[in-house]
Parts: sequence; C-alpha cells; structure tokens
Amino acid sequence: MNENVGTAGANPDLRWRPGRRVGERVIAGLLALCGLVSVLTTVGIVVVLLTESAGFFREVPLVDFLTGTQWSPLYTDQQFGILPLLNGTLLIAVGAMVIALPVGLTSAIYLSEYASPRVRGVVKPLLEILAGIPTVVYGYFALLFITPLLRAVFPSAGVYNAASAAIVVGIMIIPMVASLSEDALSAVPRALREAAYGLGATKFEVSTRVAVPAALSGIVASFILAISRAVGETMAVTLAAGATPRMTLSFLESVQTMTAYIVQVSLGETPHGSIEYETIFAVGLVLFCMTLAMNLISNRITARFREVYE
Amino acid sequence: MSGRGGSDDRHGPADGERFDSRLARRRRTGKIFQGVCLASIAFSLVMLVTLLADVVIDGAAWLSADFLTSFPSRIPDRAGIKPAILGTVWIMALVAALSFPFGVGAAIYLEEYAPRGRLTKLIQTNIANLAGVPSIVYGILGLAIFVRFFGLGRSLLAGAATLALLVLPVVIIAAQEAIRAVPSSLREAAYGVGATRWQVVRHHVLPVAMPGILTGMILSLSRAIGETAPVIMIGALAFVAFTPTSPMDLFTVLPIQIFNWTARPQADFHGLAAAAIVVLLVLLLLMNATAILLRNRYQSKRG
Repeated sequence: MNENVGTAGANPDLRWRPGRRVGERVIAGLLALCGLVSVLTTVGIVVVLLTESAGFFREVPLVDFLTGTQWSPLYTDQQFGILPLLNGTLLIAVGAMVIALPVGLTSAIYLSEYASPRVRGVVKPLLEILAGIPTVVYGYFALLFITPLLRAVFPSAGVYNAASAAIVVGIMIIPMVASLSEDALSAVPRALREAAYGLGATKFEVSTRVAVPAALSGIVASFILAISRAVGETMAVTLAAGATPRMTLSFLESVQTMTAYIVQVSLGETPHGSIEYETIFAVGLVLFCMTLAMNLISNRITARFREVYE
Repeated sequence: MSGRGGSDDRHGPADGERFDSRLARRRRTGKIFQGVCLASIAFSLVMLVTLLADVVIDGAAWLSADFLTSFPSRIPDRAGIKPAILGTVWIMALVAALSFPFGVGAAIYLEEYAPRGRLTKLIQTNIANLAGVPSIVYGILGLAIFVRFFGLGRSLLAGAATLALLVLPVVIIAAQEAIRAVPSSLREAAYGVGATRWQVVRHHVLPVAMPGILTGMILSLSRAIGETAPVIMIGALAFVAFTPTSPMDLFTVLPIQIFNWTARPQADFHGLAAAAIVVLLVLLLLMNATAILLRNRYQSKRG
C-alpha cells in the first residue's frame, strides 16, 4: 500500500495504465479473458454449425434443402427439403403471436396507463412467475390439459396438434411482450400525454393515439423478440405438436417444428457421422440464422427508438 | 418510424357542441377498452392459476417421501425421482461454479477495465445477442464441443458446462448492473488514497455489488435447472439407476424425467410427471424467494 500512495501522488491521472504492477496486469488479462468467453461462445456456435453441416451440404444441394417440400431423413426414402419443418415452426409461431400480441400489448397498456402502483406491484411479479415456469411444464400443460379441451370442442383434432402447442407458446411469451412493451410505453415522456389531455382527449385516446404510437418502435421490437422466442421454443412443441413434418395450414393436425426435429434425432440412436446425424446441424443453422436475424432487427429498432427521446 | 402520434387532424377542434355530444360515447369506449385491457391481465393470471392447479391436482396423489427417495421404475407405484433431484443439485452447483467466475470476471472487465471502444461495444452487442439464442442451439454447441471435442461424454460436467454457457449472458448482464449501481464516489475515495484498480474492485466495488450479483446468479441458476432441450441434446438419460458421485458420471435431471414421463401414453406416468413438476416448481419458488429476499434486504440497507 505504501508505495502506492507515493505513485498516486505523482500520477493524478486515474485512468488505468498497464505495467504499474505485474499482478495488476495479470488480473486485467484474466478479466479480459472472461470477457472473451462470450465472444468465443458465438464463434463456437457459428463454427460448429458450419463445419458440422458442411458434410450434409456436400450431399444435399443448398437449393434443394431450402426449397424441398418433403422431409424424411429418418426413413428409407430420404428427402431433405426443410420447408415442412419451416411450415410447422411458422404455423406455431403465427398461432402463438395471435394470442401473445393482443394480450401482451393490452396488458402492457393497462400496466403502464391504467394500473395503480399497487396493482402493478402485484401483477408484475405474477407475470414474472408465468415467464419463469420451465417450458417442459408448459409442454405437460399443453398435452394433458389444453389438448383434451381442444379435442372436446373440435373432435377432428389429433392427439398431437399445432393449436395446442401454439396456445401454450402464446401464453408463455405474453409476459415478454407485456414487459418489454410496458418499458417502451413508460419511456414516453409525460409531456406528450399532458399535451393531449390539455386538448381534451380522454384516457383511451391518450393511450391509443399518443402513448402507443410514440412507443411503437419499442413495441414492434418486443413483438419481433417474441416471434424469435416462439421460433426457438422447443419442449412445449415437441410434446404437444408431434413429429409429423408436413405442409399444412391446419392447426388441428400434427406438425413438426425445426426444434422438435432436432430433439427427435438426439433422442434416437442415430450414429455419429451419418447424414441423418448431420441434419441436426443443418436445421440448427437455419434456426440460428432466423433467430439471430430477428434479434438483430429488434436491437436495431430499439436503438433507433432510444435516440428519439434522449 | 418516428412515431410521434397524436398529430391526427380528424380530432382537431370541431365546434363545441359536437365535441360535447360525443363525450359520453368516447368515455364509454374508454371504459370498454379499460375492461379489455384488464381482461388481458386476468387471462394471464387465470392461465397461471389453471396451470398450477392442474399440476397439483394431477400430481398430489403421487407425492410421497418414497417418491423423493426412489429410483425411476417401469412400475409407476415404485418410481421416484431420487437420481433426478441429485442430478439437478449437482448441475446447479457445477453451473454456479463455472458461470460465477467467468460471468463476474467479464462484468468487472466490461465495467471497470475495458476501454470505451469498438471492441467493448462488440462484446456488449455479442452478449445481448447470445441472450436471444434458442437454448437448443446451446445444446448443439455442447454436444459438439464438450461431449465430443473435449471428450467429456454424457457427463454431469458436459451438461453443466453447456448450461453455464447458456446462462452466462444473464449472469454478466446482472453483474454489470450491480457493479454500475456502485456509487463512483466509493471508487474515487479509494483511488484518492492510492489503491490500485484491482484493489478498488476487490475491496470496495465487489463487496457493495455482491448482493445484486448474487440475486442475478440465483435467478440464472433457476433458469438453468428448468432447461430441458440442451440437456437432452448432450444426451442425459431418463433412466438412471444410481446416484451420481463425480462430475464425470452419467446423469438425469428433473426436467428430463418430467419430459420422459409426460411423453408416455399411460396415465399413471402422467401423474408421476405432475408430481415431479410440483417438486421442480417448489425448488424454483424457493430459489426465487431467496433472490427476492436478498434484493429487498440489499435495497433497504442502501435506501
């Protein structure tokens, strides 16, 4: 300590400078390595997905993979068109959004514009609980509660169907839409609302014609993140939607999503190095690219939104 | 996209009478809208209650001391979740041991050491994007890197390393927020008496930030032990007839056991799955309660 007092006196400059002490430099290096782990994770994901799917793409041309309408790598007549898996994934994502968008947004409006601090203090932790329930539990709920209910109303629905999975995925992402949209609404300056009240607008008009439009980019960003989450959701769709890759727009049929396919292969006894095994990396690559693109778009929108009021 | 609404001219000042005559209708629309919004909130809460009630009703009959201390079995009456509970506890400890040093280290680097440059911004953006990567992609990464490349096999360590990478962004972001909340006057006072950067971090910043860091850590762990997809990817088993004794052992965890039982056609196994869900949810509730207590205590101390 003592020699430090002396050096600090000689160096009023407080910026960190390497070389003051060997130990300090080592520690700084170790901490920087910790920061690098996250970068290495990203590099690892990209490298693994690209190298492990390279063998697959040597056998199946990329165009056939992206435009083929049949997916049956685990059968004797192997077909490698990913469209049925994309169809299943998007069908469930769209269904989930039909529930999560309106419910999430109106919940956010209520929390931000109408609720008293006390109500907000009770409701927000409850929504956090909903968000914290493991997805496999939602899978159980879908298969053994929602599905029997659906089959009682629509007798033509299968034991495994897209509707049941879409409903629970929708429920599970409501808290995300509600919380992010509420953040966006709360960031709208009071002055905008007060100006509207001053012109004689009602609370409804202030909420829907001033607050929501002003927070629109943040709300859109939350929607995109929610879609990304629905596309990447795995356990609920594996349990409830089944394992039948098909091109369909019907919610009552069994479908298979990209994530459910990856789980199906990894649960089976597929030998390492076979083309069936390599499909999970090819499908994983498509899944990663889709979610990454949506996350980047959402971040970009949020960044632009911040600039408006700061 | 500038989105400054409310500049709609249709609602400009009309003549006073018309404005007044529509007021009742506008207020009624407002009331209906408020009701719709309230119904949305109620929908989520009703779903939460329904889900919890469904699981408790289905599982209550199967919950017993034997259920907690038995191994899985083909006979539902004898089946239990002892290996799954122990596996979950092992995973929790290993994930904490792996993600805490790296997560806090990265947070300290980003907040206290890193120069404000392009590289730091890149790392920060990268962390934000990693938080949005689907968990199953981490499973693919763990399968290729830990199970095969490092040859860890389907061990506890491979599972814990995969889950540690999965929660790392959350740990880093929480630790960064805790560190950022430490008043800079503390740092300046320490620098003023000649402390080095690491001394400032070690003796002044970390102790103050620790409750916040631990809160984030507990919440990350509660996410890790609820994850199923990555653990399935690295090949955890549903039938484990022994208790794991080292990080290199094969293992199962509660979510895998729940998945396996739910996917079976027999109703008895569904009851077992529900009972296991109740155990998992109680565990998560305890962890979250700990985190909230920690946060409240910390806030009241500082306030």
